[in-house]
Amino acid sequence: MQLAVWTYEGPPHVGAMRVATAMQDMHYVLHAPQGDTYADLLFTMIERRGKRPPVTYTTFQARDLGKDTASIFQNAARDAYERFAPKALLVGASCTAELIQDDPAGLAEALELPCPVIPLELPSYQRKENWGAAETFYRVVRQLVDRDIRPAPREGRRPLVNLLGPCALGFRHRDDVAEVRKLLDSIGIDVNCVAPLDAAPDDIRTLGRADFNIVLYPETGGEAARWLDQALHQPSIRTVPIGVGATREFIAEVAALAGVDETAALVDPQSRMPWWSRSVDSTYLTGKRVFIFGDATHAIAAARIAHEELGFEVCGLGCYNREFAREMRAAAAFYGVDPLITDDHLEVEDAILNASPELVLGTQMERHIAKRFGIPCAVISSPVHVQDFTARHSPQMGFEGANVIFDTWVHPLVMGLEEHLLTMFRDDFEFSDEAGPSHLHGGAPVARPQAEPAPASRMGEVAEMPTATTIEWTAEAEQELKKVPFFVRGKVRRNTEAFAASQGRGAVDLATLYDAKAHYAR
Amino acid sequence: MSGESLLTAPSSGCAPAAQPQVLRERGQREVFCGLTGIIWMHRKMQDAFFLVVGSRTCAHLLQSAAGVMIFAEPRFATAIIEERDLAGMADCQDELDRIVDKLLVRRPEIRTLFLVGSCPSEVIKLDLGKAAQRLDAKFAGSVRILNYSGSGIETTFTEGEDACLTALVPEMPAALAGDAPNLLVVGALPDIVEDQFKRLFDELGIGPVHFLPAKRMAELPKVGPNSVFLLAQPFLTETCGALQRRGAKRLDALFPFGAEGTTDWLRAAAEAFGIDRMHFNRVVAPGRERAKRAIAHRRDRLDGKRITFLPDSQLELPLARFLSTELGMVPVEVGTPYLNRELNARELALLPAGTRLSEGQDVDLQLDRVRLDRPDLTVCGLGLANPLEAEGLSTKWAIELVFSPIHGFEQAGDLAELFARPLRRRDILRV
Repeated sequence: MQLAVWTYEGPPHVGAMRVATAMQDMHYVLHAPQGDTYADLLFTMIERRGKRPPVTYTTFQARDLGKDTASIFQNAARDAYERFAPKALLVGASCTAELIQDDPAGLAEALELPCPVIPLELPSYQRKENWGAAETFYRVVRQLVDRDIRPAPREGRRPLVNLLGPCALGFRHRDDVAEVRKLLDSIGIDVNCVAPLDAAPDDIRTLGRADFNIVLYPETGGEAARWLDQALHQPSIRTVPIGVGATREFIAEVAALAGVDETAALVDPQSRMPWWSRSVDSTYLTGKRVFIFGDATHAIAAARIAHEELGFEVCGLGCYNREFAREMRAAAAFYGVDPLITDDHLEVEDAILNASPELVLGTQMERHIAKRFGIPCAVISSPVHVQDFTARHSPQMGFEGANVIFDTWVHPLVMGLEEHLLTMFRDDFEFSDEAGPSHLHGGAPVARPQAEPAPASRMGEVAEMPTATTIEWTAEAEQELKKVPFFVRGKVRRNTEAFAASQGRGAVDLATLYDAKAHYAR
Repeated sequence: MSGESLLTAPSSGCAPAAQPQVLRERGQREVFCGLTGIIWMHRKMQDAFFLVVGSRTCAHLLQSAAGVMIFAEPRFATAIIEERDLAGMADCQDELDRIVDKLLVRRPEIRTLFLVGSCPSEVIKLDLGKAAQRLDAKFAGSVRILNYSGSGIETTFTEGEDACLTALVPEMPAALAGDAPNLLVVGALPDIVEDQFKRLFDELGIGPVHFLPAKRMAELPKVGPNSVFLLAQPFLTETCGALQRRGAKRLDALFPFGAEGTTDWLRAAAEAFGIDRMHFNRVVAPGRERAKRAIAHRRDRLDGKRITFLPDSQLELPLARFLSTELGMVPVEVGTPYLNRELNARELALLPAGTRLSEGQDVDLQLDRVRLDRPDLTVCGLGLANPLEAEGLSTKWAIELVFSPIHGFEQAGDLAELFARPLRRRDILRV
């Protein structure tokens, strides 16, 4: 058993729901107990969909167990087919139904419904949401693709690609698709099919018409792309165009594979991020320590942007989906940090405190951790809450995505001039660091963690810097520490205490404080 | 107050003249499971921790339902059953011991630990009762370890609270035969409402009054043959039975929603304690008048509007009664996940003739009826609200009715406002 308060991912059948809900003319009959319908509200509330997810649950109860759960399933499948007339039906079980072993595949087959039935085996006690989405999409593709449909001869037509991976409940999937379509169009490439988002079973059938595939999200589209490569010899592009550099690489790779000229896409007059980042106003961003956590794809892309395009220092990097542990380890090695591969948010919290970042890039969960410790934060990856399904166009991919990312990440930081003023006038009663950044509301942030009343929220652990030792501070040194800007104060405190401990000094006085400063300055 | 009046307290409602027809359907039920009750119960019981023994789905449900509250100071968690537990490679009972040890070391302030059963734990027949007994003996004196089931196969939404309170009833100290009669108010209420009721009972001269659940384990009230109790919530069937088995008597009343419901509810207690009628009227009048005034502000908007309730919390019946008798709304269909006729007898009697009652659900058929009826307002869960709005039907999402203070005189206006707001918004918007 594993003790969990928060989970980064839902169970795998939620992944299957994300594929079913993304698609048109698809329906999912889910053998599940009463109560599992809670997952509907992820789609109707967080993504604000105006339609119910195309999912029929059997919602069996205790009194049904041992006698007629199998017939309940068959009735539900038959009724769902009659009512919704889908072009293909997904059938599967949630965690509880997996235990009662009713075999949805066999039961559905026995109904001889006049549409393809795609059985799903999603091991709920081993796997999670992303895996469930990838597996479901792979099953859908494998069963529905017409292997005889191949690309037409290239003469006299534009290259044709599929975009694989966008799903329901995907972080910025809607706008990423629009952005990538625009990019491709600018160099004369057409999109055959985006899947699963908005694809119907008939569209899946004709995936083979495309010259190659573009995997926008390896977490959800990777498996299907691999199979298409094997079965139809459709190559795939796996560079994810998040960030200016990655977008340029992506364009070059796509253009090479399609045999087209990439120039038109590379000069985008709307791409402002490189100049914004070079403008002197951004100088203060140099070397800011950033901690990055999320799904592997977004975290790795964010690390590259942070390092190459904003001049930050990556002080922590990790992901919650262990399916991509190998990629994550390689990326972490590149930035010289220990990869953090965990789905335990308490471990992430400890890692953040240890790294003392000035900016956290993460999920909804890291947003809350950062808020509690008064560290600026921006969201780069699922799981996300309703505010990250925006009404406005806000992609992560392509050049517009890079514009969005620049604004999003810089916004929570104290702005450059303000940072200087805070240091100069720190004792000014109206303009002290306790007042917080002026452009963020509600932000009296930053009592440093030690000053908080010990919240019992971390399963009873006191929310303190984990290395807080018993080393005493003289009143004078404590006073001097307060003059250090709040966003580095935690780090200075920790460094100074570590230095004092290494020197065998029992207390931190003014001299120790400045000795430590000199020591770390080397 | 006299002992005699206690003995004459009615123990159940007057039998309704005619049993209304109830539509019973079985099919897909779009409802929460009982685990959801943890979200408000853990706020109420401040030294209790709720450990769900279940799957990743259970953990995901709790965090989806709890929204951001999960970060405030959660005293709940899920022990997620893994492959090795199912394959018998790990003994579930040992695993549970290990997790409880770990938990209690980290949360030494916890005095009650609920092991909460889920669908997976019930289906694999993991004996949480036995586990609770064993662990209780181990932590004897420091932490009380109890168990109940919040599984979806057994409980719907608020029935989780019923199951939890039922587990608490045997923990209540026994009142002795010579003890003064006491009044129990049963059902978790927001603190502010609890305090309002306390003040009213004080003024009426009714006491001692205790609330179940209590804020702390050590404050669990006594119960015995001299106890009478008022249900503050309609979904407490099992708790009611457990209290009656300990000798306590239920006071039959409307549930305390609106001016009339609250008056009737207080009156039941006043009569049981032999309170003078004039005194009762004098004490109750100011609150009752305030409630009526506050309700009147919303009446012009709600009067004559047709409303349908989809099943959710069992609050549907008393709320439909309140909206109908005090605001002039017309209930079209009142759906409830489970209908306890005895507890709701007086509510049923006040519903207008011709109200369609339904128990259980086949959600697709029920939505067909909603589309046909086209009520002015549909009270439903969050999985249905936006899709219905997109079809042009106004909705009020039901969960808010469980999370907001809606009981008693002072909340009557707020309660009416919850139903008026979606209609007002619809009138305002020009986009």
